[in-house]
This record gives sequence, C-alpha cells and structure tokens, in this order.
Amino acid sequence: MNIFDILGPIMVGPSSSHTAGAVRIGYITRTLLGCKAVKAEIGLHGSFSATGQGHGTDKALIAGLLGMLPDDMRIPDSFRTAKEEGLDFSFRHAQISGAHPNTAHLKVTGSTGKVLEVLASSLGGGRIMLNKLDGIDVNCPCENPTLIVRNQDKPGYVAQVTSLLTQYSVNIAALNLHREKKGGQAVMVIESDQPVPSDIIRRLESMEGILKVTYLMSREEE
Amino acid sequence: MAYQSLQEIIEAGEIQKIPFWKVILLDDMNERSVAMEDSIQTMEKMWRAMADASDAYDGSLLSHSGLVGKTGAQMETYRQNETPLCGDFMAQVIAQALQMGESNACMKRIVAAPTAGACGVLPAVLIPLYKTGEVTDEQVIEALYVSAGIGQVIASRAFIAGAAGGCQAEIGSASSMAAGALVHLRGGDAQQICQAAAMALKNLLGLVCDPVAGLVEIPCVKRNVIGAVNALSCADMALAGITSRIPPDQVIDAMKEIGESMHVSLRETGEGGVANTPAAKTIREKLGM
Ligand code: SF4
Repeated sequence: MNIFDILGPIMVGPSSSHTAGAVRIGYITRTLLGCKAVKAEIGLHGSFSATGQGHGTDKALIAGLLGMLPDDMRIPDSFRTAKEEGLDFSFRHAQISGAHPNTAHLKVTGSTGKVLEVLASSLGGGRIMLNKLDGIDVNCPCENPTLIVRNQDKPGYVAQVTSLLTQYSVNIAALNLHREKKGGQAVMVIESDQPVPSDIIRRLESMEGILKVTYLMSREEE
Repeated sequence: MAYQSLQEIIEAGEIQKIPFWKVILLDDMNERSVAMEDSIQTMEKMWRAMADASDAYDGSLLSHSGLVGKTGAQMETYRQNETPLCGDFMAQVIAQALQMGESNACMKRIVAAPTAGACGVLPAVLIPLYKTGEVTDEQVIEALYVSAGIGQVIASRAFIAGAAGGCQAEIGSASSMAAGALVHLRGGDAQQICQAAAMALKNLLGLVCDPVAGLVEIPCVKRNVIGAVNALSCADMALAGITSRIPPDQVIDAMKEIGESMHVSLRETGEGGVANTPAAKTIREKLGM
C-alpha cells in the first residue's frame, strides 16, 4: 500500500470496492480476452449481488469490459455505450462457495469467437484479486506488472521464461505455477518489479508450446 | 511505508531536520522508486481532481436509489441568505462536505481519501481554506502529504475500511488526516500535527458503520460533515497548544481494538444501527433489497 492508495484512487463513486474494484475486474477481463468483447454473462456473488445495483457494480463491470478505467466519467452510462459498441450482456445472481463477498464470475466472448472465464474479487480500496482463469486457480492481485503465460504442462518452460526475463533485466517479484491437470494446460503467473518490454512478450509468444501470453500493466502504468 | 508509527515520523523529521510532509515525500520516492517531481506531480493531480470534483457538483441530482442528493445545494443557499450559527467559513465547510458526499453517491468522479465514503472530509476543509486565498497550491500539496502519512500509519496499525473497523476507520481516519493537514497549513510543527490527528481520531472512536440498505448514502453523506467540523476544531486545539493525554499512536491502537470488537452487524453489512431502524427497513423493501 503506498500513499496514493490512501489519497486516491481518483474514481467514479460511490464505492471503492463495489464500483472502482468492479471496473478493474471488467478491465482486466477485457485485457485477458485480448480483443473486443461481444457477449458477457456475469454472475454476481454475495454483496456484489445484494447491493450491486445501488453501487453501480453492474455498470462498473460493463464499463471495464468496454476498456474504461475506474476514473472514467462515462461509467454511469456504460450500458448505453455497450449497446452502441455491440456488447450484449446479462447478469444473474451466483452462489459461489468459499468466494469472497465481493466476487464476480464473468464468461465473455470476444469478437474473434474466443471464450474466456474469469473469477475475480474486489478486496476494498479498489484492489482486486484475479482468482481463476478458465477454471484454473491463479490468485493474482494484478498490482505489479504481471505476465500470464499459458502453456502445455511440460518440463522446461519455467526456465525458458525466467531466463528470458533475466536477459532483459526484469526482476521477478513473484512466480506462481498452476495447472488444471498433469500434462494439461498450465498457467504461469509472473509478477515483476519493472514494466515488461514488448519484445519479451513477442518472443514468448513465438516459443513452441506456449499457447497465450497476456501482459497486465501495473496500476500506475494504466 | 517505512514508518509504523507517527512517533517514528516525528523522529525522522527531527533527525533529518525536515518537516513532517517532507518525511512522507521522501518515503514515497523510496517506496515507489520515483523522482521527487513525479511524486509531487501525482499529488498535484489528486489536489486538482478534488477541486474539479468540487466544481462538478450538481445540486439537482439524486443518487440511483433516490435517497440522497441536493442537500449540498440547500446548505449553500442557506449560507448565502441567512446567518449560520457556525459562521460563514464553517457553513462553507459543511456545504462542501455534503456536496462531495453526494457527488460520490451520484457516481461522479471523486478522490477516495482514504475511502470513497469519506471522500468529502479533506476537500471540505481544504477547498474553503484555499478559497480564502490564505494558502497556496504548493502548501495544500504539502498538507496532502501530511494527511497521507497519517492515513498510512492508521492503515498499517489499524484499518481504514468500514467493513474492517466501522466508520471510525473511514470518517475517523479522514478527520484525523484532515486535522493534521490543517495544522500544517497554519504553520504547526510535527508534534502539533500528530496531536491534532490524535484528538480528531479519538473524538470519533466507536463510530459504527451502518449504511442503510448497504449503500454509501445514509448516514455516509452527513458523516462527512462531522469528520470535517471535528478536524477543524481539533486543529485549532492543537494550534492552541492543547495535547492529547493519550499518545497519538496509542489512540490508533485503541481504534483497532474497538473495531475488532465491533459486532459484524455494525461493520458495513447494513444490518445494524441506523440500517436496522424501521425506516431503513421500509427503504430496503422499497428498493427491493
Ligand atoms: S457508514 Fe460505513 S460506508 Fe458510510 S461512510 Fe461510514 S464507514 Fe463508510
């Protein structure tokens, strides 16, 4: 937590957890999708469901999916913007066992036909936690610059990726590995101290066996 | 942050012979690895956003629920046409606190300080003072460092979220931050800043978080007023040389202890306190919640 978590963020009200955090969840989902979203089915759990409307949580999530950040003054009108931009969305109440009270489940379809499922929680003060990506646990706070690498679960990837980062003097702050099952799809979540140059991302993408690379900028870079 | 207590900030300032705000500035540069200009620029941005939010107030709006809005304009009309008991300056403070709280509830852009629910407290004291012409932008920015430092110590020793520690953690912390900022603006030293912060927090200890229907509207908007008014009176006490018998850091620790023993119905669940009154239940039903 730095001083601008205390004095800040600059945000559209009324609630840092139910509004600003919800925008970030939508925004990060949009980034992970990698293209324009055309359809979003959203489940709201706990307090997100109970007080979400009054806090504009629904508008906030859609605003984020449209690429808006928490201080965007168009957030209150996001439903209209969604219509204009061809984003079809629906909300339902979701009961997710063991989830944080402010949790949303988003199933989004991109303009390329790609489907992505995200489970994320808003922790307060505008901070969030990306819990799951397509059903795989990732538990990523999305605060520092973060690389999310999806690859086939085979030996050797971690070493390749970390040595590439070292080459570019990017210091790794945290590295987490997750997989759905042995030999299936694996997810590497790498938080770094410095912004990750786009060269690294391009080189990672071209590596064999790497299915997808997503880069989430730190909050300050956003 | 490198400092876990207000006392450590005072001592760091004494050793380096720099004012309170500068200790926080240097710490931020170190913490986020940024240059001095970058840190100051970001703080300037916060101050500008507060001023813009104040200018953008729309006295005709109601919140989505229809529960709050318009009172900031009402207070301003009263101030201009009558003789407020509190005097003109304090009436401006009250109006500003209401306006910012209402803007937040109406999904306008605000600066969380330390939270969105308490976003009216700091601007309510800073903007009217700035408008008198008594203080410059630079001084206000220094004062914002002071308040951020106080807020950060509170956040690290206790909490700043209503869900964690009740409204004392939100409006109480905001009031404490505002009191320190005011003392700095009036030329008080680090000791006086911390005394004001301590008194302001102490006066609001025990304040519960009981938002009606779980929305940041009732009682939140009007609680920004008590946060601001309390900050002014505590700053004046500190400037008069009055001190808190309980040391500032111990007051913060007391806030933590109280928050932890607060029943969960009084910590932003919208189940206890004013949220549990018959009137609140009727509102809930009407909103279909
Ligand atoms: S009552 Fe609760 S939600 Fe409202 S300002 Fe206080 S702490 Fe925030």
